[in-house]
Amino acid sequence: MAEVVVDRVTKRFGDVEANRDISLTVPNGEFMVLLGPTGAGKTTLLRLIAGLEKPDAGSISFDECDVTDDPPAQRNVSVVFQQYSLYPHLTVFDNLAFPLRAPVRRVPESEIKRRVEEVARLVRIDHKLANAATRLSGGEMQRVAIGRALVRRPSIYLMDEPLSSLDAKLRAELRVELKHIQADLGATVLYVTHDQVEALTMASRIGILEQGRLVQVGTPQDIYERPANIYVAGRLGIPAINFLPVDALPVEGAPQRTAKVGARTEHIELVPAVDGPAEVVLVEHLGSENFLHLQVGPHKLVTLVPPGERWHSGARARVTLRRPLCFDTAGQLLVA
Amino acid sequence: MAEIDLQNVQKRFGDFTAVRESSFTIRDGEFFVLLGPSGCGKTTTLRMIAGLELPTEGKILLDGEDVTYKRASQRDIGFVFQLFALYPRMTVRENIAFPLKCQSVPRAETKRRVEEVAKLLRIEHLLERSVSGLSGGDSQRVALGRALVRRAKACMMDEPLGALDAEFRHLMCVELHALHDRIRATTVYVTHDQTEAMAMADRIAVMNHGVVVQIGSPQDIYDRPSAMHVAGFIGSPPMNFLRFKSSLAQGQRSVQLNGAAIRVPTLRQAVAEGELALGVRPEHVTISDAGEIRGEVFGVEYMGTMQIVTVNTKHGQLKARIPSRQRVQVREAVGLNFDSERLVVFDAVSGSALKSRLFEESADG
Repeated sequence: MAEVVVDRVTKRFGDVEANRDISLTVPNGEFMVLLGPTGAGKTTLLRLIAGLEKPDAGSISFDECDVTDDPPAQRNVSVVFQQYSLYPHLTVFDNLAFPLRAPVRRVPESEIKRRVEEVARLVRIDHKLANAATRLSGGEMQRVAIGRALVRRPSIYLMDEPLSSLDAKLRAELRVELKHIQADLGATVLYVTHDQVEALTMASRIGILEQGRLVQVGTPQDIYERPANIYVAGRLGIPAINFLPVDALPVEGAPQRTAKVGARTEHIELVPAVDGPAEVVLVEHLGSENFLHLQVGPHKLVTLVPPGERWHSGARARVTLRRPLCFDTAGQLLVA
Repeated sequence: MAEIDLQNVQKRFGDFTAVRESSFTIRDGEFFVLLGPSGCGKTTTLRMIAGLELPTEGKILLDGEDVTYKRASQRDIGFVFQLFALYPRMTVRENIAFPLKCQSVPRAETKRRVEEVAKLLRIEHLLERSVSGLSGGDSQRVALGRALVRRAKACMMDEPLGALDAEFRHLMCVELHALHDRIRATTVYVTHDQTEAMAMADRIAVMNHGVVVQIGSPQDIYDRPSAMHVAGFIGSPPMNFLRFKSSLAQGQRSVQLNGAAIRVPTLRQAVAEGELALGVRPEHVTISDAGEIRGEVFGVEYMGTMQIVTVNTKHGQLKARIPSRQRVQVREAVGLNFDSERLVVFDAVSGSALKSRLFEESADG
């Protein structure tokens, strides 16, 4: 495993600046997640690190060794893509062994067997090693694809939305598994996703990308509790954070220059009141909780309430915002 | 609008029984969701109601009228599919107006109704646009518009949001729900996505292997699942099951797991020695040093205000949903406590919930 340093990297495709002056360090053993919507430049950055693209400016180094001009094969990286591509004519075992059997690697067969079996246990596919790759479920195939990356000991594992083609239940399972495997191996991982839940739950640190720029890097807790600006705040939280002008509702603990407040469930105090300014327009059941959709004058507000609190459409409430996130006119976070 | 009544409806395809004797009533104006994994018979049920399949046995009544053997076109039912087929050469207006044109509705009346529906769906500004350039969401709104403009007795929707990405699907869910609140059309909605079902349904019918396992309001099904299939299908993460072996007597108020006595809602039913499962929702678990059930933390997932902690125990893996401010480390040995009022004991062989005081509470409590 290695420390990966991206130094002032810019990448253009024609007129589009896919990555603009990005500097980022992924320390050895870290699970770094790049989060951003489609087109933010996260896959480009991953491809630059893999060597599948060359930067127009800046450099990339692995353990203080400049690899900017090295082709992918010399960089010793492992990549997992969203679309698992297994060799359909090979068994699960042979698919997993494939990277080790490359002529340049010359790994002895007994060593291959040992490592394949170890990885198969890790990704829980050891009971299907003799199966044809085509006779697996989607989740099993993706576990083989992940296993094929893990069987090598590269400088860094690069993963591009590896879970997004799976159904919700399996995704939730593999999130925990993947994080566990990474911690066990002490692996350095750069993981790209547009799914905030994956970022929050798996990352040691998250890098937030916006239109080719890296706008904030920090632990999930940092980014959730102290987002640098409105854009970052809007990327995290279920339900999504509510943005309101500072004078829309009574606010406690807003600094002087506040122009806009960002309120999450934990900042919102609701009291039922027939003459309250907020009206419940919709109650959405989750089971464990309810999403309450409120209308306050021209503004909408969504918050979570326990199912025991019996709100219904048309009910009214008074709302107080306690110590919400506060932003200035430029959208930057103000610290009280 | 209409009430739909299914009486002992069955559907076989050769040797395969897609739907086993089902009887239930969909109330007038209700948003009724058929929920289950693929192959459970939910789409076949919907297609029989719509008249696209004939039942092998049983009867279907629409507002008291037997329509079992009537064609789809004679049933007055609107339909929205997952892959919305719009006419690509027509404008939004022409697409929505199409069903009315087929029924030879006068032009002025057509114009009025199309505009009314477009307003309801907030796509008035798109009426003269060609549908070929529309976003996924707008296309879906046009497809909905085409189903609604007929003012059919009922509207059938087969995974209409399945093709959309997660964030957008949630947005459309909210919109559909609000739309139904306004027009109150009897709606039968098929999905395999429990969050969609929970968010929108007045009542949910959970199906498995061609059988309706449970029917109830979202909260009722969530709080009082009648079977492990239902409990494990609903909730994210779904209900945990701790496996144990025991016999239980009627009136018993606790169960023994590895010597620890766990309080449960008073049992109203006795069972002989056998495989059982204790059902616990993740939000009803607390982690403390003094917990009766011991385990080791396998994973911690930060979610902002809350975190999900995965714990390995002797009775299986369990997920707890607890506030993020509580510090928990991977590999830490922890104790677990449960909210005893909310536990469900299941017969792990048949999968059925054992009767207990929990099931006697009010249905929407």
